Amino acid sequence: MTKSMLLVGVGGQGTILVSKILSEGLLEEGYDVKMAEIHGMAQRGGSVTTQIRFGDKVYSPTINKGEADVLVSFEKIEALRYVPMMKKGATLIVNEEEIWPLPVLAGLEDYPQGVMEEINNKLESVVSVNARAIAEELGEPRSANIVMLGLMVKALGIDSIDWISKIKKFLPEKVHEVNIKAFEKGISL
Amino acid sequence: MKKLMTGNEAIARGAYEAGCLVAAAYPGTPSTEILENVSTYKEIYSEWSTNEKVALEVAAGASIAGARSLAAMKHVGLNVAADPLFTIAYEGVNGGLVIITADEPGMHSSQNEQDNRLFAPHAKVALMEPSDAQECKDYIKEAFRISEEYDTPVLFKVTTRICHSKSAVELGEREEVGIKEYTKNPKKYIMVPAHSKIKHIEMEKERIPRLQEFSNTTELNKIEWNDRKIGIITAGASYLHAKEVFGDSVSYLKVGFSWPLPDKKFKEFAQGVDKVYIIEENEPYMEQYIKAMGILCTGKEIFSVCGEMSPQIIREAILGEKVEEGYSLEVVAPSRPPALCAGCPHRGIFYAMSKYKNKIHVTSDIGCYTLGAMEPLNIGDTVICMGAGISAGIGFDKVNQMAERNRKVFGIVGDSTFFHSGMTGLVDAVYNKSNMVTVILDNRITAMTGHQENPGTGKSISGIESPQIDLVGLVKAIGVKEENIRVIDPYDMDANKEAVKAAMDATEPFVIVTKQPCALIKDVQKRRANLYCQVNQEVCRKCKTCLKIGCPAISMKDGVVSMDTAMCNGCQVCLQVCPFHAIEAFGEEVK
Repeated sequence: MTKSMLLVGVGGQGTILVSKILSEGLLEEGYDVKMAEIHGMAQRGGSVTTQIRFGDKVYSPTINKGEADVLVSFEKIEALRYVPMMKKGATLIVNEEEIWPLPVLAGLEDYPQGVMEEINNKLESVVSVNARAIAEELGEPRSANIVMLGLMVKALGIDSIDWISKIKKFLPEKVHEVNIKAFEKGISL
Repeated sequence: MKKLMTGNEAIARGAYEAGCLVAAAYPGTPSTEILENVSTYKEIYSEWSTNEKVALEVAAGASIAGARSLAAMKHVGLNVAADPLFTIAYEGVNGGLVIITADEPGMHSSQNEQDNRLFAPHAKVALMEPSDAQECKDYIKEAFRISEEYDTPVLFKVTTRICHSKSAVELGEREEVGIKEYTKNPKKYIMVPAHSKIKHIEMEKERIPRLQEFSNTTELNKIEWNDRKIGIITAGASYLHAKEVFGDSVSYLKVGFSWPLPDKKFKEFAQGVDKVYIIEENEPYMEQYIKAMGILCTGKEIFSVCGEMSPQIIREAILGEKVEEGYSLEVVAPSRPPALCAGCPHRGIFYAMSKYKNKIHVTSDIGCYTLGAMEPLNIGDTVICMGAGISAGIGFDKVNQMAERNRKVFGIVGDSTFFHSGMTGLVDAVYNKSNMVTVILDNRITAMTGHQENPGTGKSISGIESPQIDLVGLVKAIGVKEENIRVIDPYDMDANKEAVKAAMDATEPFVIVTKQPCALIKDVQKRRANLYCQVNQEVCRKCKTCLKIGCPAISMKDGVVSMDTAMCNGCQVCLQVCPFHAIEAFGEEVK
């Protein structure tokens, strides 16, 4: 059975790194894995999406509307934007951090109110945390993405894979300790 | 050993294993990482070329000299490289020559979605289309072999979903094929009419029929017989989408070698199934050919030529299955367009230009500065292609004069784009006495595609020191008079204002060169890490002038203008535009 996971966020949040760690771990576990990223102008503050599909045999890397088994959003309104990609009953994991897009910053549009209420009302399965706040407590705000990784691993029930070694492989040594803590925090939530 | 690789990484690996010795490219999404990865293999000479035409010519010259060579580019890059493509096709190769075109169905980061397969029959070059990363690696090796065996350049078409998708790839060893002997052969390598006439006939009579035969026999064009009620002819990523929908319940003809197309296999396949569907992204390239053969099939009647193919589209079109409605929410997310970064050196000059918004027209170009066209800066009337920022400005300006519009035309171009194809436009502007203003935004990097070196940066693709082309010297040499050139620091708003004012008054070709490195360059980030601005709330009158510069570090939250000091790099453009001196600068540069 193929699982489809969609990761969305804003350029600079580390969504692609998390996708790489996930894909590599899943491949090692013996799954066939396809990962696709769209990051054209993402470094300039646009939306970033990566799609990971894994199972016995995966052909297409593309996840369609209404097909994602898990949606992982690294930002609140990005969750809003991509909820239609979810299957009914699928799980949303959302970082409650707010990153205002330029039209909002410039006062041309408003950052919507009541996002979490709307999400919690409409969706059956929501895991929400403020990963940024957790990461700040750990002393490294940039490890918020690894907190999210921990949450994903737990939600997908793939905690038997050696994720720590993957984190070590993809991150520089000086941040190993804090990111391992971030991962363990994420998995324990 | 199996490794997760993107298509781009796999192409680079394939080139390495195939014994490729020379690789050239100009950066462009989604192709950029091909050369970045090739350059990590020390056995291959790699270069960022000035543009795609140069890249293909470098590779063509290397091929004739005897080495396996490749050129890589995004789809629109092949337009630039079309000139050498059409004639190297006549000449053929010595060492194998592979040209990679990375197309962008769906236009995630491009100005159009042209289908470059159509170049193959037009230029008469062999065409290959892999579906995933493993095939990218295997096909590249085969492409070099085919190129040499059939004496033809091979066009190698990939798309964003292949370039940027990771899947498992089995690695192999590099095969050193060495350098072939070069023998002077004017009839083959000097294309003057007398030689070209013979070559064209040779191609038509010998090479193309041989390639046609190959297309009908190669396993690259593979029939998978399953149930025979439905037969699908497909290629590239569409094959994967089709397999996702139908698995092994229908028969497939997967076309991996797609020019010349396998006519006999099409016939055999169509005779073996009840109903034929053609599933291909963008243009009906195979479909028109198959229909012209008199084979009944269904394609663009049910599929769009616009956008990307997906399993969902196939499911709806062929099976009539509507997608089960997922969740729908009432709260709508505001758009999140890409924007100029905090500390972007383009902001200051754009803001100075925006003061003349009813007195100027702006012909912009391809690069980060395209984003200046967004609100609130709103700098840009046109974007066409690389280099058009200057040349389209020349034409725009001529018509403005005819229509007595009394508006000045500003052409915008970046440093890398100026070297790519802006220089020729500036020569034209001087030669033809244009009144336009050219603004060269020199941020010392090819920024939009993720920071590649270029002739102005002083470094090669491998990070080795290279001569730095003197941009201002070049502008002078082209003939722009000294008094009509301003070289300024775009973080200095007085300098920006003065330069734009002088440009408005100019009656001859005028050039402004802004010099300030991209804020995202690692060394710049380190140097400016402790610099930031902050709003003094006691002085701030909430006039919102600072919001008009469109900086993502500044916002109005709960009626208060606030600064994201972590994002801010202390460029101080906001500080200078604030009419009440309510913004203050803090911190020191890290030496």
